[in-house]
Amino acid sequence: MKRLALFRCCVTSLRLQHYETATNAVLGALGVVFDDVPAFGCCGYPLKNYDFKAYVLSAARNLALAEKKYLDIMTSCNCCYGSLKQAQKLLAEDLDLLRDINGMLSKEGLYYRREVQVFSVLEVYHDLLGAGAIQKRLTATYDGLKVATHYGCHLLRPSNVVAFDHPLAPKKFDDLVALTGAQSVPWEKKLECCGSPMGGVNDGLAESLGRAKLDAARQAGAELVCVICPYCQIQFDWIHARAAQADQADGLPPALYYHQLLGLCLGIDPQHLGLTARQLQATGLQAALRPVAKAPAAEASTAA
Amino acid sequence: MIETVLLYLALAVFAAGSVYRISAWFRHDIRSDTPPATPGARFGAALKGIAATVFSPKLFTLIRVFVMDVLLQIRLLQRSPYRWVMHICLYGGFMVLLLLHAMDGLITAKLFSNYQSTANPWVFIRDFAGLLVIVGVVMALRRRFFGAAPRPLTAKADTLLIAILAVVLLSGIVLKASKITSHTSYLDMVDVYAATFEEEELNALEAYWVDQYHVVSPNMTGPFEPETLEAGEELHEMACAECHARPNWAFTSFAVAKAGKRFALRLDALNFPGLMWWLHYLACMLGLAYVPFSKMFHFFTTPLSLMTNAVTDKHTASPLNLATKQMMELDACMHCGACSLACSVAVTVAEVPNALILPSEKIPAIRELAAGKPLTANRVRRLQQGLHLCTNCNHCTEACPAGIQLTDLWAAVKETVLQKGVPEFLLLSPLSVHRGVTAGAALDSDRYREPLETALGAVGGGRLTEFRQDPQPLAVPGSEKVFALAGQWMQPEAYAACYRCMTCTSACPVVRDNPDEAAKLGLLPHQIMYAVKLRQWDLIFDSRMLWDCVGCYQCQEQCPQSVQVADVLYVLKNQAISRAVAREFAGDRKGVQ
Repeated sequence: MKRLALFRCCVTSLRLQHYETATNAVLGALGVVFDDVPAFGCCGYPLKNYDFKAYVLSAARNLALAEKKYLDIMTSCNCCYGSLKQAQKLLAEDLDLLRDINGMLSKEGLYYRREVQVFSVLEVYHDLLGAGAIQKRLTATYDGLKVATHYGCHLLRPSNVVAFDHPLAPKKFDDLVALTGAQSVPWEKKLECCGSPMGGVNDGLAESLGRAKLDAARQAGAELVCVICPYCQIQFDWIHARAAQADQADGLPPALYYHQLLGLCLGIDPQHLGLTARQLQATGLQAALRPVAKAPAAEASTAA
Repeated sequence: MIETVLLYLALAVFAAGSVYRISAWFRHDIRSDTPPATPGARFGAALKGIAATVFSPKLFTLIRVFVMDVLLQIRLLQRSPYRWVMHICLYGGFMVLLLLHAMDGLITAKLFSNYQSTANPWVFIRDFAGLLVIVGVVMALRRRFFGAAPRPLTAKADTLLIAILAVVLLSGIVLKASKITSHTSYLDMVDVYAATFEEEELNALEAYWVDQYHVVSPNMTGPFEPETLEAGEELHEMACAECHARPNWAFTSFAVAKAGKRFALRLDALNFPGLMWWLHYLACMLGLAYVPFSKMFHFFTTPLSLMTNAVTDKHTASPLNLATKQMMELDACMHCGACSLACSVAVTVAEVPNALILPSEKIPAIRELAAGKPLTANRVRRLQQGLHLCTNCNHCTEACPAGIQLTDLWAAVKETVLQKGVPEFLLLSPLSVHRGVTAGAALDSDRYREPLETALGAVGGGRLTEFRQDPQPLAVPGSEKVFALAGQWMQPEAYAACYRCMTCTSACPVVRDNPDEAAKLGLLPHQIMYAVKLRQWDLIFDSRMLWDCVGCYQCQEQCPQSVQVADVLYVLKNQAISRAVAREFAGDRKGVQ
């Protein structure tokens, strides 16, 4: 397998800096070697509404950049993931489009040869690394923590494009959440959209969709909603801010980045994960965290 | 005499231009939320801010930034060693020439009592500094015109600055070269320093200078008798050596002088050194007067921007100072293009032909806007598109060697431009999320909503709310080939298989969200699929459904016929926008105030 390039979503650098530090820390702790490619640009996702070809061009540029460096792409943003994978599919099926796009890329000395693979970081954990490899590095697990696992749209759909998991009954992300000892509870709106694409467009609709999800998670008894996509994170944080303004935030489960959840189990300093002491308290993470029982050999030696 | 007049004239233009340009920082504003204040009040606030900073521990931050980022330019080194070498050559060489050579009467002569411009080390230092600048100029030319792609965009002002520098430097070198070989220059010096010598002595001295100092004389050529040279050397030691270094110390000029030696007599007869001196002097004066009106002004503004930004906290600073700081930042941009090379969406310019998508190109347009110049509707539209086709990735700010907070600048200008009422269709895309999070909380709701309504109104979305109450008989199918541009992947098969089972509409979270709101959506997804078959474009484009679609792909995922419902909606949105753009801006060059 080729080395992996970490594709950082544009929105993290300003709004979600802890996404960057937490991702770096967890990948480091799990021994996943990756490259940063500073030349990466927008995946094109936000341009789909506006100009589909501009979207495909943006996506293809990143694919070609990774190929030039002989890297595969790993991303933690669902929208980047979905948009890169869909562009790959379009460029595989429409050779006129491929020729056009490559013509535009050639000005930058780039050429998309359709050789690069795109992974979600969850695929890297679930399919490439495997649960066992992660498990043996855990220093602590949660006991009795109830989590509503939120996949996000573009990780699952359209399934004939992304092929991440079964689109109606996905399991991979739940498995990865369960790996931390937390209980991934069934909840009503699990596979629905968080409403983020309507943020700034139709705020009423965005709020209604996001709020319905958080309410459903609360009803299912979840203490927190676990997300992977930065857009979902921004959206849920925004819902919380709006709810707090209206004094309705009580009991609304907060959204936490999967790497924050997993990072604590890997013994990473909460600061690197962007978790404040207050958050640790409020989310119940601190209380639920139990050190992993030492291996029998080590136990024997301490007993002796 | 005339050169003194020219100098004072250039200095006066320089001073007046600088005052004018700096005053603009306090007179103009690109923000829409600054409390009203006179330029005087803004100036006062700035003085207060400066005083509060200088008399606080932040002074140490200022000193650190001055040393690390202004003098050593570490920021640039971290981003690009090539540009660092280029810029250190340009600015290091230039500063040495400016301080030690151009201002030698004021600085060098005061610091070193034995200063002579013709003596070492000054001859060597001057020539070496000139060479550094030339190396810098060549590196700049290579970066802009001959290097590997991607190269920065180059405007006339960039070329002009490089040209002025090149003329100043090359004329300086040729001037020195022509003086080395010039017999007239030699005689002028003899008149001053060897006026008491006898004829024979003068001949010996001239022979020595022709032989050793490469003067080209009309009276004699070598080889000379050793005794003559010996006598010449003695006289030379007496009258010249103390304050005249050998010409080969000015190595670049010396090389030029040797190459042009056979033209030396003819050129000297034409007073070539005198002409070169005027060219050199005029180019310097022109450059000096031009500084405040050019990007050379960044000598002052870039250090100021770096230092100001190091000590300004945008959350606590006075809003007046933020407005002033952003105006100053516009002047700190030297159009180096680093931001555009780092820009996450720069590649889209190939498909959305608008240079104002690139950060470096937006700055001049924002300057015009700030100065209150009337912009054509097209320029406003382009600037606005450029401002909104931005993912807030912050790459531009991180890349800017002048430390300009570009992302903040875009956010501030966005709202100012939106108030002009020109529809911005990118507001209907997920890029709006940033405006939603920031402006949604900061602006009053009318000012926040209005641009959205304008865009929706112009694109037609939402006109179709009465459809259910008052169904019209279907018109003839539209002739427009909406899908013709979409490419092979989106052919009629994409929607032809639809048999109106309504699964897409039932699966749509937007339709399910709120029955009252759903009634305002116009055509619902399954109706849109069928309307596409019937080519009822106006019905489709007037439906709010298009713009309330979250792109979650539930419809497409669940369709039993594999119709690409969500992707069809994307094609329709693209088409609705390009129709609206064509409608709004066809040939519109009217000014927008």
